[in-house]
Amino acid sequence: MNFIKIFLLVSFLICCTSNAEQLEVYDFDGIEQYLKQSGDKVYVVNFWATWCAPCVKELPFFEQIQQDFKENVEVILISLDFPSQYKSKLIPFLEEKQLTSKVIVLDDADMNSWILKINSEWDGAIPVTLIYNKEQRQFYPQSFTYDALSSEVRKFVNLNP
Amino acid sequence: MNKLKLLLFTMFFATAISAQKGYDIGALAADFNLENIDGSFVSLSDFNESKGFIVVFTCNTCPYAVAYEDRIEALNKKYSKKGYPVIAIMPNNTEIKPGDSLDAMRKRANKKEFTFPYLIDKEQAVFPQYGATKTPHVYVLQKNNETHVVRYIGAIDDNYKDANKVVLKYVEDAVDALLMNREVPVSKTRAIGCSIKI
Repeated sequence: MNFIKIFLLVSFLICCTSNAEQLEVYDFDGIEQYLKQSGDKVYVVNFWATWCAPCVKELPFFEQIQQDFKENVEVILISLDFPSQYKSKLIPFLEEKQLTSKVIVLDDADMNSWILKINSEWDGAIPVTLIYNKEQRQFYPQSFTYDALSSEVRKFVNLNP
Repeated sequence: MNKLKLLLFTMFFATAISAQKGYDIGALAADFNLENIDGSFVSLSDFNESKGFIVVFTCNTCPYAVAYEDRIEALNKKYSKKGYPVIAIMPNNTEIKPGDSLDAMRKRANKKEFTFPYLIDKEQAVFPQYGATKTPHVYVLQKNNETHVVRYIGAIDDNYKDANKVVLKYVEDAVDALLMNREVPVSKTRAIGCSIKI
């Protein structure tokens, strides 16, 4: 009996850990900790999705920022991809791009309940970006060029002690 | 005197803000004259019998809009006969989104057997007036004499993923309330959508 259980468990782990396990999927409660971290870094949080062309276009800039400010900045990319497309779109995309920034996934269908908690200016269009440190935060309902993003991040980095 | 100044100041800012952000609840929505997928041109004033409208900015190419297609059609089936027809408007720049061309809109509408007008905002002049920023983005308008008063702005319901798991049907609740001469219970909601391509 136990043997069967173990067998089932092991086969489950082998078969089902490959793809879905690579994604960190949260509801809004699970995401919140990433929106108010209290470390000494500057946190750059970008909401995006593989289906959002302007989001995909600016992703390399966020990657570059993570490289350029390794010591001081933590980039967090929050994907809003549909659960039905994790396997077909999101995972292949992440595998292809090999992003070095942290990627987490927000799956919380009751959007009206959490959009305002992220920022009162946000009407729900993406991309949007949140930059914050211990002292202050700024919300950007816009797309970024590398230069524009870098200059905003610099403002925060220079403020940090 | 100071009060007057303050009032003028406030009015100035209120106007500046509304000009920038489109309509808020209670605003009077402008009529339009936009091309439908059948080649005709459609205005709100064409609908003599209606009590109002469910204006939906939507498109073919946004996955959220696609997720809501059947529910938009269901809204029209349910409410056009009650005096609140759906008017769908595609706001995207079709050079950026060729999948939203008038031809593509026609194909999609035929395939899905849409029974509502599916108009194209070719000049991209209507959606900024309304303040729509994404697809889908709904405005429920109530007719008042010749004007159209904005009564609801936002999402269709609270679960884009699964129509069966919807708890709050924001648009239906708004229209039902208007049909009963009641206050709209939730007049503004927010949802993730695809930004309108300009």
